[in-house]
Amino acid sequence: MFSILKKEIRSFLSSLIAYVVMIVFLIAIGLFMWVLPDYNVFDMGYSDLNTLFSMAPWVFIFLISAITMRSFSEEKKNGTIEIITTKPVTDLQIILGKYFAGVLLVLFSLIPTLLYFYTVYHLGSPAGNIDIGATCGSYIGLFFLASCFVSVGIFSSAITDNQIVSFIVSMFLCYCFYNVFDLLANFNLLGSYDSVVASLGINAHYQSISRGVIDSRDLIYFLSFITAFIWGTKTVFSSRKW
Amino acid sequence: MLICCWHFFLPFHNLFPIFADYKKSMSVIVEHLTKIYGAQKALDDISFEVKPGDIMGFLGPNGAGKSTTMKILSGYIPQTSGKASVCGYDVQENSIDVKKHIGYLPELNPLYTDMYVKEYLLFIAELQNLGKRSNNAVESMIERTGLSQERRKKIGQLSKGYKQRVGLAQAMLHNPEVLILDEPTSGLDPNQVGEMRDLIREIGLDKTVILSTHIMQEVEAMCNRVVIIDKGKIVADDKIEKLQQKLTGDVTITVEFKNEVNESDLKKVAGVISVKQNGKKFLLRCERDIREEISNESSKQNWILLSMNLEEDSLEDVFQKLTKK
Repeated sequence: MFSILKKEIRSFLSSLIAYVVMIVFLIAIGLFMWVLPDYNVFDMGYSDLNTLFSMAPWVFIFLISAITMRSFSEEKKNGTIEIITTKPVTDLQIILGKYFAGVLLVLFSLIPTLLYFYTVYHLGSPAGNIDIGATCGSYIGLFFLASCFVSVGIFSSAITDNQIVSFIVSMFLCYCFYNVFDLLANFNLLGSYDSVVASLGINAHYQSISRGVIDSRDLIYFLSFITAFIWGTKTVFSSRKW
Repeated sequence: MLICCWHFFLPFHNLFPIFADYKKSMSVIVEHLTKIYGAQKALDDISFEVKPGDIMGFLGPNGAGKSTTMKILSGYIPQTSGKASVCGYDVQENSIDVKKHIGYLPELNPLYTDMYVKEYLLFIAELQNLGKRSNNAVESMIERTGLSQERRKKIGQLSKGYKQRVGLAQAMLHNPEVLILDEPTSGLDPNQVGEMRDLIREIGLDKTVILSTHIMQEVEAMCNRVVIIDKGKIVADDKIEKLQQKLTGDVTITVEFKNEVNESDLKKVAGVISVKQNGKKFLLRCERDIREEISNESSKQNWILLSMNLEEDSLEDVFQKLTKK
């Protein structure tokens, strides 16, 4: 697993994908946080990171789909999949290697945003007047949300050998799981079951963990979401043997 | 005490079935292998065995099932029915063990074009769990395949011949007992083909090699055994010399005369089956090698014999005879 992970990280770095993803993420979030009207910290008048945490999932939908779209599609198209599957590694090791490489890349692009936290921390009146618990929770929530997106992206990549198809499917699925369940719940079609519908989506759990309370239900949701998509990837990946 | 042990163990040793020993002594065993893709039968009940140290040529027209067989042996896809084992390990049940013991070069030699040669080989070494031996193994393989000059280049920048060497290096890195090479020389220029053949012949000295090709000369140049496959079925499996003999009972002799010679006169020579004239050259189909008789006849009839040649049926002819029906 680690050999695959190392190779993936290296190819992120050598193909500039890693740098592009990090820079685009930081510029996009930076613009929303500090420059663009209506969203930025100064216009809002609150020294918190709400803008970061509300915009990051949307940016991630694009970026994570972009970094994961090649993971299996490219190998299938080039035939290199035949090289790694005929080496003594299991399918699951290959998938996990690729998955954790994506997660690590996302984690590294999140780290520089701690600078925003530092800035906002000092902008508060008095300095340091920020809800550290909620911020930590939000970071953890954002990390889990991104991990879910990576698993969706890996799955989309496994189902096709066309990177563009993979990218679009991945964006669509990420969007659905992030937002659509919330919107459906807003219809008030099912009465008291609406909250159940909402809790199927990622956003409900992201919001819940963002309050700074790490609820076991949210953790179980995220972990089972990731497991489900990894299992799906494994099923699709092993289907060559059917 | 030692003597007692000997006596104690010997009878038990004899109880081991000879069959198991036999299976272990074979590098590759394929028994009644069948592969069905949807409605199409790619392999139809094929069986063969490869002894350690053999270089087996796997010959057949395109789409005959060569690659399918190799993909099954390498554990990339499973068979529909039948059994295959490599070094005593079943390709389905112990696929990880099989993968440790074989080196596989897939068709078209897929490579990570944006990786450096050494980086790629180190990655493969890690996948093979070579651990601390990785660096040495990679270095010696780069040396052996003649990649020293290219080690710091990206694979995508290499010429096709060098890419093929990288593919071969990748397959041999962990010093496997069995090498499976799917069309190792396709798309190379004649010089590169020659180099590749030398390399494979050298490897074949201490390894079992199965290589597929649809080029006859390749098998004649490299292999000591040939399996010919057509439409998923084995049509021939033999040593190369035997195969040539078996299929060519009669021989062809070309003769050239300076003066005019009648076809009918030539036909009268004992042993000649048919005569085909081509200017002053004659193609004689004969029961056996009758060059001596022709020479005698020429001096008797005052024909001036310019040349006489015994044409051996090449493997090419054998192949066409077997696969064209």
